[in-house]
This record gives sequence, structure tokens and C-alpha cells, in this order.
Amino acid sequence: MHAVRKQRLYLVLFIVAFASIAIGLIVFALRENINLFYPPSKIVSGEAPVNKHIRAGGCVLPGSVVRSDAGLEVEFAITDGNSQVKVLYSGILPDLFAEGEAAVVSGEVTKDGIFKASQVLAKHDENYTPPEVADMAGDGVDHQKTCEVIPYDS
Amino acid sequence: MIPEIGHFSLILALFLCIFLSIAPLVGSFTGQTLLMQSSRSLATGFFVFCTIAFICLAIAFGQDDFSVAYVSQNSNSLLPIYYKLCAVWGGHEGSLLLWAWMLSAWTFAITLFSRNLPLEMLSRVLSVMGMIAVGFLLFTLLTSNPFDRLLPDQPAEGSDLNPLLQDPGFIFHPPMLYMGYVGFSVAFAFAIAALIGGRLDSAWARWSRPWTTVAWSFLTLGIALGSWWAYYELGWGGWWFWDPVENASLMPWLVGTALIHSLAVTEKRGVFKSWTILLAIFAFSLSLLGTFLVRSGVITSVHAFATDPARGTFILIFLLFAVGGSLLLYAFRAPQVKSISRFDVLSRETLLLGNNVLFVVMSATVLLGTLYPLIADALGWGRVSVGPPYFNALFVPLMAIVCVLLGIGPLASWKKSPLKYIQNLLFKPLTISVILGLIFPAVYGDSYSISAAIAAILGIWIIATTVAEVIHKTRNASSFVAGLRRLTLSFYGMVFAHLGVAVTVLGVTLNTIYSEQKDVRMDPGATVEAGGYEFLFYGVEQVPGPNYTAQRGKIEVSSDGKVLEILMPEKRNYFSGGPSMTEASINSNLFRDIYIALGEPLTGGSWAMRVYFKPFVAWIWLGSVFMALGGFMAIADKRYRAHVKRKNPAVETVQSSSADQVDTDLAGAKV
Repeated sequence: MHAVRKQRLYLVLFIVAFASIAIGLIVFALRENINLFYPPSKIVSGEAPVNKHIRAGGCVLPGSVVRSDAGLEVEFAITDGNSQVKVLYSGILPDLFAEGEAAVVSGEVTKDGIFKASQVLAKHDENYTPPEVADMAGDGVDHQKTCEVIPYDS
Repeated sequence: MIPEIGHFSLILALFLCIFLSIAPLVGSFTGQTLLMQSSRSLATGFFVFCTIAFICLAIAFGQDDFSVAYVSQNSNSLLPIYYKLCAVWGGHEGSLLLWAWMLSAWTFAITLFSRNLPLEMLSRVLSVMGMIAVGFLLFTLLTSNPFDRLLPDQPAEGSDLNPLLQDPGFIFHPPMLYMGYVGFSVAFAFAIAALIGGRLDSAWARWSRPWTTVAWSFLTLGIALGSWWAYYELGWGGWWFWDPVENASLMPWLVGTALIHSLAVTEKRGVFKSWTILLAIFAFSLSLLGTFLVRSGVITSVHAFATDPARGTFILIFLLFAVGGSLLLYAFRAPQVKSISRFDVLSRETLLLGNNVLFVVMSATVLLGTLYPLIADALGWGRVSVGPPYFNALFVPLMAIVCVLLGIGPLASWKKSPLKYIQNLLFKPLTISVILGLIFPAVYGDSYSISAAIAAILGIWIIATTVAEVIHKTRNASSFVAGLRRLTLSFYGMVFAHLGVAVTVLGVTLNTIYSEQKDVRMDPGATVEAGGYEFLFYGVEQVPGPNYTAQRGKIEVSSDGKVLEILMPEKRNYFSGGPSMTEASINSNLFRDIYIALGEPLTGGSWAMRVYFKPFVAWIWLGSVFMALGGFMAIADKRYRAHVKRKNPAVETVQSSSADQVDTDLAGAKV
């Protein structure tokens, strides 16, 4: 074979080999690690899968945060204005976690419809609302203020 | 008055840039020297007026001029003066001004350090810089003007700089990072100028190489600083979160790393030319994409600013123009490029190609993981997020291959490198790294960890092969020391950067494997144990600060009954309101950090607390400093200075001699 062509062939083989390894890894990793987001109403209606790692979010229901007396366990409820979900978490809550503020949690829904969170996500700007939560407010509302306008008494 | 001067200067700078992007380019085609020479003065003017605008904003901050909207949002009269000045880049508008100023500084630097560049090339490069500047200045002036006034009802007091940013890390992290981001625009400008001129030769690679290396070094430092800052300031004890904005800075870094290696091949051997151009385009496009992700607020991130759709749209359009335009130009010009020299399968060229492919693949996986939530949302697949396990699953194995190749690459010769020759050179480093690597986990940890062994083997492999490379290079000298003296600075730069990779890899892996993290509830007088240290909690007391009050915890750290240090983590409440901030307290040495952060107060004087033992964590940033230092050493090499001194540009000679130089000038080492 012509030397230049040979070189080009090696180059192509090289790239194909690495690219296929990479694509294989990507497909595998993506399949395992995509976490879908569910608002509380979908969890209550049973649309969210049970015992599978998902994310949920909403506004923290005022008055729902209860700390245990001994360990680091804490429970609170998140709402999207229609339904509420009880969240259990063990650990330290982020600085910006507060009642009546947006929160995103990741973890699993148990059979009884309780969300066991392995992580409570921090937001780092008090005026910032995660887009998932901001979507819960209806049209014509400033989405950054979702947690100030959604009804908590439903 | 002063903000108006700033605003006016910025508008003037915009008009100078419009001229800069047109006149010299036209001149370079019509051969009008006057038009081409105008590029220097226009670039200087751009720099001067951007500097005036920047200083005006700084003065507005210094004088607490709260009638300026941006100042009132990001400053407060109680703020210490150094934070007031840094608050200039504390928000969206000001950080864009910083970006524009850096762009003007890089443009000005090109006029200073490219006296040897042919006028035609220089004017095209500066023109491209001008086009980028027009985009950014328009963006600043139209959507995010930092000089907007709040008149007539100006607030009496500012709403303060985000407390998270009131930290020394904030003084250095954004400027460093931006130096890197914006610096890639120079590599981009050189690539586009070469494409416009249709001349892609080794001289082009030689010109743009130092610029790319400097930009890359700054970006390395910027990312490392950001990671270090997040580690001690956010109070979670993590140093990398695969946050979209971190990814946005990592992607240009990965492509930039590929670019500096590929530029070396293009300069020395005259191959991979069109590929190198493509990498230069990608590196800058990814910098722009990063800006888009950060500024538009489309992705949930710790860096996200409150959303303004107009800004996102503007950058998206700018991105389309920049990427689309340059790729179109590339499509027209690249087929004309021919590589002259050939190389064997086993050669340094092939190994560097491997490096390039790996880095681009890594960058692509990070890009996919970062953008996947956006794509899924746009296609109606629901709200998804891609977690750190995805990135780790891909990044770690690919990085391991990079480490293996990194050991072999510098030892292989250009063109052709017989297997036997490489085997001989690699035998000793391989033996040393496998033996030491297998022993390490047995000596260090409590239980034997296979992954620690693999990590140690890879780290030691890089160090051992790099040392072998130095020994190999000095083998013909009368003595080892004499040989060391004859090696060039750019070779030492490579050695340093590669050792830096080893240090960072060891830091990242060993830290991940051996860290001990305890989130605990502690009552005053209680003790907890982590990493062989005992922690005694005395309690928390209230202390005043300059513009905050703090709850300060007192924890005595002791090992084997001997008191090591009293750590005092804080929880601060700033007078200007907002949430409380966590200040971790860290006892640090080269081999481990002890990290304590206050969580939240619980009942009866007890506190939730993070007590972390973090071995080798300093190595992560130390290695990055090595890499950046290596980059700076490489460009300080007299090879570039000698080139500058040469009065006659003599492009043709450079072009033809570059291929001949190769054998005498292996990676800058005089053999």
C-alpha cells in the first residue's frame, strides 16, 4: 500500500477504535446515571418510579421542617402548589435551605410515597430559583418568585 | 460624572473595534499598508478606552456611588476597600467588562510582542480580535451595561457583595480564569487569520504556540483556584462537583491541552495542520459556550445568575456567528492544506495523536453530559440531570489511558521509533512504578485497596518515565549536571507540566479513596474520631466581625493525646441580610487536611458538624500549579526571544527550515 494511504488508514483505525470505546462507555454511563425530575404531584399520583434514583423539587412547606432530637435526621415537605411529598433526609442542610424557599432533592421514593433524599441541593443565590421549580408557577407569574406565589394550603 | 466617562469610553472602544475589524482586513487584501498599519493604533486605542472604562467602574465602587445600579447591587459602604474594588467583577455586568478589558489587553499584547509578524498576518489577527471585541462590547452595552444609573431615587446604601464572594479567592479566581478563556481568542484569531490568508504553515504554528500556552496556563491556574476556593469556602469539603459551570471551564481546558500538543507537532513536523486549526476553533468556541451556559441561566448551577432571556439569546446568536462562520471558512480552506512529511505507526506523532483523540473524546463526553439535560428538555424527554457518576465513569478510564501514553510519548522519537528502542527505555520505569505502586497501599492504608495501587502505579509511572526522559536526554553530556544545564527551558517546562499531571492524578485518586468524612451531631464536650485524629467540641460562641456577626465553634484536634491545633469554624450572618455563610476551618499540611465546618445549630447547644479527614488534597492544586508553571517556563524559552530579536521576519526561511530543525531540536532539547 502507498505509504500515505497506509498512514491515513492507521489514523482512521486509531480514531475508530478510541471513538467506539468512548461511545460504548458513554452509552453505558448515561443509561445508568440519568436522573429524571418529578414534581410532587407526579410522585403523589404514582407516576414516579419507586425505589429508583430520581430528583424531585418544589417549595419547602412552611412549618413542615422537623429535626430529630438525637441524630441528624430531618423531615420536611415539598409542594408544587397542588400536592405535597414528605422528604426524609439525614445530614446537614445547605445554607440556603429555608421554609418557603425552593429546594431540589435527589433520592428515592419508597412504597409509602415518602421521598428518601440522599442529597439536598443547595442554591447559591437567594434570588435564584432552579428552572425545574420555576416551571411550576403558572403563566403570567415572575418565575423567579415561584415560591412566593404558589398556594401552600392545598 | 465618572460613570458617564466610563460609559462613553466603552462606546468609543466599540467604534474603534468596528474600524479594527474592517480596515486592516481590507488593507491586507488590497495591499494598502496604511490601512494595515492602522491595526496597531486601533488596537492600542481599544485597550486604552477599555482600561478607562474599567477604572471608572472601579472608582464608582471606591466612592460608593450607589446611584450606579450595578454598584448598588454589588457593594455596600461597610465592605472593606479591597472587596469593593473586586466587586467590580462580582456580578454579571462587571464581569463582562472584565472580559472585554482582558480581550483588549490580549489584543494590545499582540501588537507589543509580534513585531516579527508580517504586517499582513498581524493586521488580520488584530482584525479577528476586533470582531470578537465588537460582539462582546455590543453585548455589554446593549444588554448589560454596568454604568446604568438609578436616578432620581438613588439608594442610600448598597445591597452588598454576595457574602460567598467576600473571600481572597474571589480576588484572583475570576481574573485568572478569564485570562485563560479570553486568551484562547488569540489562538482562534491566529487560526482564522491563517485560514483567511490561506496560508497554514509551520510559521503559523510557531507564532500562535506561545499565546496558546500562556492562555492554557492561566486557565489551569484559574480552574485550580476555583476548585480550591470551592473546597474551603462552600463548606462541603468537595473540590469538584461536575457542576455545569465547572464543566464549561474544563472543556476548553481539555481541548486547549490537545491544542498545545498538536501545535507542537504542527510546528516541528508540519503535520496535523488542519486538525490544529480545528482545535483552535473548538477551544475558543467552547469558551464562548461556557459563557453562554453561565450567563443565560439555562442550566441549574451554583454559578447561575438570575435569568435574563435577552442575554442568552444574544450570546447564542454570537456563538452561532463565531462557530458557524469559522467552520464555514474552515470548510472552504482546509482541503487546500497538505501535510508534507510522513510518520510511522510507532512515533511521537502517533502518540500525540492519541493524546489529541483522548482529550477531544473526554471533552465531548463532558459536553454531552453537560448539554444532555438541555437537549432532553428541548425534545420533551422530561427534566433530567446527569450526575457525577456519569462523568466519573467516563473520565477516569480515559484519563488512565492518557497517563499511560503520557509516559511513552516524550520518550518516542519523531517520525519513527522502533519498538525495541522504546522497550529498552521503558523497562526500568515500568518495573519501578509497578513495584512501588503495589507496595504503596500496603504501607499507607488500613486495608489494601486495589484502586489505590492502580492510581499509585499510574502516578509513579509518569514520574519515573519523566525522570527517565531527563536521564536519556543528558546521556551524552560529560556529567549529569552538565547535561541538565544544556537542556532548554521549554523542555523543563514539559517536564514540570507532566510531573504536575502525576501530582494532580495522585492527589485526586488518593484523596477520593482515603478520605474520611463524618457528618455528626456534636454536643459541647463530645468527641469524635476521624482519620486517626480526635476532635473535642467545646461549644459555639458569638463573635463580631467587620460587616457580620459570627457563631464561632471551638474544636480541639489531637492525635495520640497530643493537642495539634484548635480549629475555629464559623457561621457568619452578614448585616446586609441574606443567608448565613459557612467558613470552614482547616489544618493543612502536604499530606493531609483536617477540615471542619459548622452545619446548623440543633437543640441544646449541640451542632451539626462536618468533620473531614482529607489526605493528599493539597496535591490536586499543587499539581495544577506545576502544570501552569511548566507552561510559563516553556514560553520563557530563549527560542521565542531569539525569534523576536530577528529583525527580518524571513518567513520563508522559517518555513523551510522548520522541517530540518526537527532532528536537532527534539521537543526543544538540544541533543
